[in-house]
Amino acid sequence: MGMDSDLAFEVRGASKYFGDIKALDDVTLSSAQGKIFSLLGPNGAGKTTLVNMLSTLSEPTKGSLKVLGVDVVKYPGKVRELIGLAGQFAAVDEFLTGEENLFMIGRLYHLSAKEARLRSHRLLKGLRLEDAAKRTVRTYSGGMRRRLDVGASLVGEPEILFLDEPTTGLDPRTRQELWAIIRDLVKGGTSILLTTQYLEEADVLADHIAVLDRGKLIAEGTSAQLKARQGGDVIKFELEDRSDREKALQAVMNIATHAPWYDETDNTVIIPVGSHGSKKLIDIVRALDHAKITANNMSLHQPTLDDVFLTLTGVKASAVAEKPTKRSKEQQL
Amino acid sequence: MTVTRMLYYQAVDTWAITKRNLLRYVRLPQLIFFSSIQPIIFLTLFNFVFGGALVKSGAVLHGKYIDYLLPGIMIQVTIFGGLQSAIGLATDMTSGVISRFRSLPMSRGAVLAGRTLADTLRNIVVVAIMLVYGYILGFRFSNGLWDAASMIAVVVLFGFAFSWVFVYVGMRTKDAEAAQLSGFVFIFPLIFASAAFVPVATMPGWLQQFANNQPITFAVNVARHFALGMPMDGALWKLLVWLLGIMILFIPLAIRTYRKHV
Repeated sequence: MGMDSDLAFEVRGASKYFGDIKALDDVTLSSAQGKIFSLLGPNGAGKTTLVNMLSTLSEPTKGSLKVLGVDVVKYPGKVRELIGLAGQFAAVDEFLTGEENLFMIGRLYHLSAKEARLRSHRLLKGLRLEDAAKRTVRTYSGGMRRRLDVGASLVGEPEILFLDEPTTGLDPRTRQELWAIIRDLVKGGTSILLTTQYLEEADVLADHIAVLDRGKLIAEGTSAQLKARQGGDVIKFELEDRSDREKALQAVMNIATHAPWYDETDNTVIIPVGSHGSKKLIDIVRALDHAKITANNMSLHQPTLDDVFLTLTGVKASAVAEKPTKRSKEQQL
Repeated sequence: MTVTRMLYYQAVDTWAITKRNLLRYVRLPQLIFFSSIQPIIFLTLFNFVFGGALVKSGAVLHGKYIDYLLPGIMIQVTIFGGLQSAIGLATDMTSGVISRFRSLPMSRGAVLAGRTLADTLRNIVVVAIMLVYGYILGFRFSNGLWDAASMIAVVVLFGFAFSWVFVYVGMRTKDAEAAQLSGFVFIFPLIFASAAFVPVATMPGWLQQFANNQPITFAVNVARHFALGMPMDGALWKLLVWLLGIMILFIPLAIRTYRKHV
């Protein structure tokens, strides 16, 4: 296996077809061990399809996938001993207590009853669910369920963890708590594959990001590299007087990193400004003042998934997103 | 891995899942209540509404209709219980629980075996409740303890075999409501076009053909034999062949569907 075993996972030319639909189309990527690799993309991009194949839940139509050098199609049983999976839906049992949930998973990993109990206590403590350990999951909040679900994926002490949209539907505070847990895991040497719809999340956590769109890999790199492709921060403002548009574009031309433009429908001037957005904000205010142009609602934007998508595909991510399925609606509750 | 070790893990996995499914009944005792209330209503209504007419017309030769009816209702109980297996499994599929289990290095059949085993234990409880209620309504076993135990065994075994059909249905439908509806589609004709509530001899010829050869009729006849001493006419062997056939067909089908499910 040689070099293969240095990789947390390795995907080569993987495709998954459901009839005529190409859920995943010839995707090749890999990640080093001990890193966070993020799959970024809207609903229907193929993120879950890829996670399902890597975690042995489904087989590829074409191509090969390896987890820590082990082929997932040939040796699914071996792969299952190496991985932990927290899917899109908090897959914990409502009628069991937090402790019972983790104990059961421990037994299913064929740990002794004593070891299973030990690990579930340790995890509940680490996830700050100690006080709720003896309560049924029905009484848990969404964030607690999600934490317990991540806990369940850790009972087997996996070398690689798959987290499929772990923070979708969570409030900002709970999201940050989960981020802290993920960071701690990586510090402990775990490799992580994380899917997300949020650029911010990939930005904050990931060492490497791959952008998927309708089953295809459309970009790959560090967060800084992707943002550079997008053009960095953007400053927007509305014109008090629409006839000022040419004058306004002229005035900010030298400050912009890419050509600024005027959006007729919103009466908005949009200026790509690269990485030091807040400094450029002052420059723009001065330039407009100098040219005697009145601007309203000036704002600084960091690139969003929409912006990255717009740059990469010319289509807004939100426009290709599928309608939420019944499941994802439940997830929001 | 040695065979003994594999069997040991199979047992550990199956028991872990069984326990999980049973805890649901402990945490939500209403589930047992609602599993019992429906057959209790059936037993009460059938006994008092149809009982008089059936005995008077001579259609039911046995003295008391409740004696005739209870074994039929018992079989019906296990079938309706199976429907709950289908619903439970369909719910597990949509909630992602099954995906989690499939990502674990556990045995492939344990999730389904644990489900059918838990349902079998639940059936035993509900059957006990029905027996107590049947006794209140006047039901009595005609032949000693051994035959009474045999009747209960037949009912429970019948429920176990059929729960594999429901496990398969639950996995194929992947939706609790759809599982429930598709269950009813084949449950009602099977139960009513059988010897469960009335003698087959009163049905039109074409329906008798069906009723006389389907597993519920065999099961009910065997149960009545043990409960009341009515003749079996080889129903025991035919029933065992049916149940074996159902399990040989549906256990592999169900496990295959479980493996392939995403």
